[in-house]
Amino acid sequence: MSEDVSGTEIPVGPQHPSLKEPANFTLTVDGEVITGADLKLSYNHRGIEQAVLSKSYLENIYLLERICGICSHAHTTSFAIGVEDLLDLDVPRRANYIRTLIGELERIHSHMLWLGVAGHEIGFDTLWQYAWRDREIVLDLLEEITGNRIHYSINTIGGVRQDLTDEQRETVLEKMDELEERIDFYLETVPNEETVRMRCENVGTVSAELAREYCAAGPVGRASGLPVDVRRDAPYAAYDEMDFDVITDTAGDLLARTTVRIREIAESIKIIRQAAADIPDGDLKASPKPVQALLAQIPEDDAVSRYEAPRGELIHYIRADGTDTPERVHIRVPTLANWPTVVEALRGSYIADTPIVVAGIDPCISCTSRIGVETDGSHGGEDSFNLEELREYGMEWYDERADGGSVTGESGIDRGDRP
Amino acid sequence: MSLEIDLATGLLYLLVFPGFAFLFTYALAAEYVDRKLYARLQNRVGPPPLQPLADFLKLLAKESAVPENATERIYRAAPLTGLAGVLTAMLYIPVWSEAAAMSFEGDLVVVLFLLSLPSFSLFFGGWYSGNVFSQVGTTRTITQLFGYEIPFFLACFAPAVAAGTLELSGIVAFVGSNPAYVLVFAPAFVIGLLSLQAKLERIPFDAPEAESELATGALAEYSGRKLALFRLTKDVELVVGAALLSALFLGGPYPVGSIEGIAGAALGIAVFLVKTLAIVAVLSVLKGVLARLRIEQVVDVFYRWLVPIGLVQIGLVLAVGLYAEGLL
Repeated sequence: MSEDVSGTEIPVGPQHPSLKEPANFTLTVDGEVITGADLKLSYNHRGIEQAVLSKSYLENIYLLERICGICSHAHTTSFAIGVEDLLDLDVPRRANYIRTLIGELERIHSHMLWLGVAGHEIGFDTLWQYAWRDREIVLDLLEEITGNRIHYSINTIGGVRQDLTDEQRETVLEKMDELEERIDFYLETVPNEETVRMRCENVGTVSAELAREYCAAGPVGRASGLPVDVRRDAPYAAYDEMDFDVITDTAGDLLARTTVRIREIAESIKIIRQAAADIPDGDLKASPKPVQALLAQIPEDDAVSRYEAPRGELIHYIRADGTDTPERVHIRVPTLANWPTVVEALRGSYIADTPIVVAGIDPCISCTSRIGVETDGSHGGEDSFNLEELREYGMEWYDERADGGSVTGESGIDRGDRP
Repeated sequence: MSLEIDLATGLLYLLVFPGFAFLFTYALAAEYVDRKLYARLQNRVGPPPLQPLADFLKLLAKESAVPENATERIYRAAPLTGLAGVLTAMLYIPVWSEAAAMSFEGDLVVVLFLLSLPSFSLFFGGWYSGNVFSQVGTTRTITQLFGYEIPFFLACFAPAVAAGTLELSGIVAFVGSNPAYVLVFAPAFVIGLLSLQAKLERIPFDAPEAESELATGALAEYSGRKLALFRLTKDVELVVGAALLSALFLGGPYPVGSIEGIAGAALGIAVFLVKTLAIVAVLSVLKGVLARLRIEQVVDVFYRWLVPIGLVQIGLVLAVGLYAEGLL
């Protein structure tokens, strides 16, 4: 899409300070104005959808949790709901309340993280430091309830693994008061700060039509005026019993996305208060039988489950073949739905807006990583393979490393894992 | 004999005070104050006092690579020219009394020129480093230069017009004897602060080095010793810029400028430190509470707001001067 425009090409990524994960934008610029943008993903393909097929349903919860450090609960809940659907299990209300509570705490932690990143991208590091400091409130709460800050591992098939004690409920309610004060502060200051307005107002605007056409999900869609929210449209967990508003805005620019996210935090606080205050007594799991015993009965069937992750609608498709491993699991992450709006919004904006426009959808790049499949032969290049070539390449790659004996020697050291 | 004494004092000025040794120490100290205050504003702990020195020494010890695409001579020379420029500028700025280490009629123009050198050295170094981020960054450096230089010159000439001299010592003496002028210069002082912030490429005017867009722009390819020199240049420029603003708009060493002898000089230096650190602090707070502007917004701010204010300031100074003369 950038062949017909002339100008300097600026490669943004795969290694670039504004990208926390590898992706590549090739920007064609005329002075400071971007005339064309090209997007390359999948620098960090982890093959999780394939790995899922070789593990049992129970193990898969923990594997899928590691798709993303920020929406870990989103993935496990979504998967668990799908499998419960296949097994026809009724999750007890108490478990659903706990799932909802953790889900909303996770949403707050994700949105606060985003607010900080957004601040950093527009060169407002003070906002970044403040937002991340206040994010610690929810992280502490999550650690207190589940034992972990990031990967909570609280979901299991048919319910949750840990109870919420009365003391924890009280702490949650207390901390929510503290957090609400902070959120009021952000809601008051951030959209009214002159330099923030200058950088965000009318930047990266996505119209309602465009958002609808490209199926923008989550806060990106809502900031453009699409009232899409799975929690409201197809309630799961305990959301049908919760009273909350779907936050929308009509402007569709970055300022709107910022305010929508901050206001969503306020709504999350509302939901958390309800969940913590009204949590019913009852069991934590649908059945006293061991989960393995339940899973032995899994029918040959498929299920689709939807979840409103912090970044938007998350879809898990699970196909069971009656064995103890799934036949297919497909995950549609919200970032994938929002990329097209970025490429569209980048065109015609300034180079300086690139980081914030990209960050504006709150991209989770490793979630989005997929192996591209050649369909029309138009994307050929030195990096393009067909399946046979890819297989050859893979064998060569491993052979080369096996010859030097480095596979055994360095396997523990040279992993290059990200935190 | 007197030639030798002149040479000795000249060398003392150049190498010890207010030249290299003093500037080096004070610049790193100012960087510490800047970083610590910025960190405290952000609710961070901030660095220990010797961190700027440690950073500097560490960079000195690192490999200082020259990229294949770079034009080597310019790339190597750039860090030195900027630093030389700002170090020289300090000699013409009054520190301990109204007399600077060196002075002549018109030294204000020389100081303004020398203070522009770092921006040009950054431009040449970045442009010839052969990196696309650097080239976008340097284009912004120059665009920004055109934005802030005019209001900065207008602001600096306001006291010169009032004092009727282009010699910094003369301006300091004038403001010292007419302290009420500090109030008249208030708008020019604000312009001076903002322009200095832009000169130093600090938030909100750090578009040229915007780390989240351009990966530090002109400096992207620099490493080791050369990067250390560029960073030192920034620190020295901060101090020299603050010293210039303090001399022009805050009366330099006054209210103690007229005391004779060692005690007077020591008090003068104390006043100098207080005033310059106050300016550094204001610039740090500015950095802490604002977001980065886009380059065209920067130019917009300077041309649409600060240039007219600068012109009005000159008019105001002339009017006040006429009024004062009318009274006499």
